[in-house]
Amino acid sequence: MHALGKLIALTAMIAMAGGCGKKEESVPKPEPVKPAAAAQPPLKVGFVYVSPVGDAGWTAQHNAGREQMAKALGPRVSTTLVEKVPEGADAERVIRDLAQQGHKLIFTTSFGYMNPTLKVADEFKGVNFEHATGYKTAPNVNTYNARFYEGRYLAGMIAGRMSKTGTLGYVAAFPIPEVLQGINAFVLGARAVNPKVQLRVVWISTWYDPGKERDAANTLMGQGADVITHHTDSTAVVAAAEEKKKMAVAYHSNMAKFGPTAQLVAVTHHWGNYYTHRAQAALDNTWKVAPVWGGISEGFIKLEGYSDKLPKELVEAVKARESELMSGKFHPFTGPIKSQDGKEILASGPMSNDQLQAMNYYVEGVIGKVPVGGN
Amino acid sequence: MEAIGTLIAFTMNAGTPLLLAAIGILINERSGVVNLGTEGMMLVAAVVGFAVTLNTGHYVAGLVAGGFAGVLMAMLFAALVIGLRANQFAAGLALALFGAGVSAFIGLALQGEPLPTRSPDGVPLLRNLPIVGPALFAHHWLVYFALVLTFAVSWFLFRTRGGLILRAVGESPESAHALGHPVLRVRCLALAFGGACAGLAGAYMSTIYTPLWSDGLVAGRGWIALALVTFATWRPGRVLLGAYLFGGVTMLQFYLQAQGVEVATQWLAMTPYVATIVVLVLISRNPRWIRLNMPASLGKSFSPNV
Amino acid sequence: MLIPREHASRTWLWLSPIVAIALTLLAGAVLFALMGTSPLNGLHIFMIEPLSSMRGWTELALKATPLILCGVGLAVCFRANVWNIGAEGQLIAGAIAGGGIALLATADTPRVWFGFVLLAAAAGGALWASITAWLRDRFHANEILTSLMLVYVAQQLLSWLVQGPWRDPLGYGFPQTELFAVAARAPLLLEGTRLNIGSVLALLAAFAIWILLARTVIGYQLKVIGLAPIAARYAGFSSRRSLWIALLISGSLAGVAGGLEVVGPIGQLTSSISPGYGFAAIIVAFVGRLHPLGIVLASLIMALFYIGGELAQSRLGLPSALTGVFQGLLLFFLLACDTFVNHRVQFRRGVPT
Repeated sequence: MHALGKLIALTAMIAMAGGCGKKEESVPKPEPVKPAAAAQPPLKVGFVYVSPVGDAGWTAQHNAGREQMAKALGPRVSTTLVEKVPEGADAERVIRDLAQQGHKLIFTTSFGYMNPTLKVADEFKGVNFEHATGYKTAPNVNTYNARFYEGRYLAGMIAGRMSKTGTLGYVAAFPIPEVLQGINAFVLGARAVNPKVQLRVVWISTWYDPGKERDAANTLMGQGADVITHHTDSTAVVAAAEEKKKMAVAYHSNMAKFGPTAQLVAVTHHWGNYYTHRAQAALDNTWKVAPVWGGISEGFIKLEGYSDKLPKELVEAVKARESELMSGKFHPFTGPIKSQDGKEILASGPMSNDQLQAMNYYVEGVIGKVPVGGN
Repeated sequence: MEAIGTLIAFTMNAGTPLLLAAIGILINERSGVVNLGTEGMMLVAAVVGFAVTLNTGHYVAGLVAGGFAGVLMAMLFAALVIGLRANQFAAGLALALFGAGVSAFIGLALQGEPLPTRSPDGVPLLRNLPIVGPALFAHHWLVYFALVLTFAVSWFLFRTRGGLILRAVGESPESAHALGHPVLRVRCLALAFGGACAGLAGAYMSTIYTPLWSDGLVAGRGWIALALVTFATWRPGRVLLGAYLFGGVTMLQFYLQAQGVEVATQWLAMTPYVATIVVLVLISRNPRWIRLNMPASLGKSFSPNV
Repeated sequence: MLIPREHASRTWLWLSPIVAIALTLLAGAVLFALMGTSPLNGLHIFMIEPLSSMRGWTELALKATPLILCGVGLAVCFRANVWNIGAEGQLIAGAIAGGGIALLATADTPRVWFGFVLLAAAAGGALWASITAWLRDRFHANEILTSLMLVYVAQQLLSWLVQGPWRDPLGYGFPQTELFAVAARAPLLLEGTRLNIGSVLALLAAFAIWILLARTVIGYQLKVIGLAPIAARYAGFSSRRSLWIALLISGSLAGVAGGLEVVGPIGQLTSSISPGYGFAAIIVAFVGRLHPLGIVLASLIMALFYIGGELAQSRLGLPSALTGVFQGLLLFFLLACDTFVNHRVQFRRGVPT
């Protein structure tokens, strides 16, 4: 039956395809004779990414962290990465395979990997897992996240001061608390400098679609926003601002290359220190579950790519705020905070972690309503 | 007033890649060939166009290179479908798949690279007119080219002998063959044209629209373009309407959001697709219109040696 | 030049895949040589490794299940000349319906609830497909366009549900529902693996469709309508009825596929439940030559390819892009070689008669 023949054919073909290029992601092998270092086989560290490494956004920064760790620890670790792993049923298989192949430390870098990670972790008790942006832990599953909102507040200060029209723009993906924290912090920072500033938001329902990101950016600029920013994965928003000669705050990475005159500042992610730290702990057998929600002071978030156009005293004010943030003297979400409809959210004092993680509203200054899932 | 102007501007920009790709598909389908691989062709052209622009610094070179890439992909398709009489649908799907993989592969080194800055788009002087200027005259020349192309194709199809032959081949290749027309060659040329159009559309996306390359940049516009040709009952004027309608409604949902309209974004996001269905329904109500317009031999392969 | 054969060549039916393999091996060798790696190692990783353990086989079956379900449904449609491109949307609609019923289950719900979940999923998919059917039936709207547009609509609907009304209140605002209770989950067939009853259902569905197409009057009518619509009309076969039958069957099968995914390996509704199974099934249907047995085999191959591709990434550091290149090459060569099944080559000068 021809279908059977086809089966054979295809199988063989796949076999062929399998003999494909080997792209070693591991660090160069150690020199042949090195009696000093302990003859321990390198620690295998696995990374699971939800999008391509080249996106200049979320995954690109995780990958940069991986590279930093690999460089720092040299021959003592070897890393493996798997990119574009969809968050459905496939994730579990990929994670399990990494565990089965002897990886002792595995980073799963998207919240949608949470349940698959836990499932595999349950079976592989000797492997340590680190899940980014999740909220469930286990004896061998740690979670880590960054206080992106700290950077957003500082960037907001810059945006608020530099905007001539008093309207800011935000291209966002999904109204989850992390994104809302960013939006609200941005507005709070901007209003701290210019109380009349307003923010318009466009939700594009995807983390990555350069065409849509650009369309959303253009829409915002068309409605008077002269400083725009984004919580999406490509450089399209910054490039759109450059084209229309407006200003932009980049996110995830420094996008000055794409917006040489447009970029005011970039709020960047840095996972390298954390990854190095955790891998070292795994090497020393001191790895423990210790959920981390780090901000600027822990080195997860930085403000980079300051434009030359920024007035000196603005930069100094921002840097001063930054050190207050780092020392804990200042918290971007400090009461009194009112939500958009005038309801008091927080009377006084800094917002607690729980309140931050339950954020589902806009603060004053944002035009429009949170799309779905209020209260 | 200014808002309407902006909306028009965005519609024209967003609709252009759809329009270009769809016009190419229209010519293909008028000759009786369905090429489902448009998405793959656009992706390959996008990455090639980006690479060429990056390396030469000239945008025109990138666009032309993208066009050529599209033609090459179309020729691959032609070899299978016209040369080897393979099933058109399967071959098109294979092309789409292959194109996606190849483009991602070629593009590995290009991710994260910026392109050189461009001189401002649009017609000098006219683009500075208030409201009308930014709405109509401040676009990249490819936007206007796409419009001109649409009218040229319409004129070609319905007013020239070449167009008549093309349509005859699409309606009944057997009869056309009996009359001595080179059916296979006509189809090949049609496919080449379609490839060039898809190529321009793809290169436009990666060098002009969002000047960057990334895996999956085209994000399904090739499939939408295919659907639009059916929607337009194979008439160029309606393709223009469809492309701009789709582009416009897509932009409208962002506009409404930024204005603060209180509808869940997902419902707004559905609007371009629902609008397309609604307009299609309105157009299709009269079955004679469809039957009159669909090339009768669409999808069937032709063998001259019967 | 190519001369059509009077009968399909049996030799070439067997030879075609083999030649296709050989050609792809050649193409692959060239590519790998250009990248500087060992074909044997890669071959092992891609083909043998996924099947080297019991778990590997179960993963293969798990991955192939939605492809089989959607694929055989599409075979029915395509044979009847109904170009249902929207199986992905019907899959999502089925997942929504099934997931909705699954959410109603609690810890005390009896195990039979799973059955209701499946029924709901089938109904959801069928309902979604019926929109396409109705639009074509009533308004002559082309089903390629409507079914494709409805895919995007379904995706947005799912997104709205998991971010809004159905979102897990304890889930820190993430777009997902709570995990389904055990009563709603797909029963596992093999402890320690993810293999569930869905795979058996898929095979049963394939068998049922085979019976339908090969042995029933309805199946006969569907095929004739697809192959010779005018003759069918003379024979009194209703193309309207076949439109509805084809889409309802295809829709419900795709819906069941979606339902099985969410109450099977995923365990909840999230905003991304399918990596494009509905579209991959179109390819599977063609590669399987619209025959249920061929589709089952093609689904297994496709699944092997996906899994092997994943492994190639994690074991060999292969870029994920290469998988698509080879999938495309695979199809190209198969299509090219299949030509010789129905055509003969003749080297002769002169004008075609």
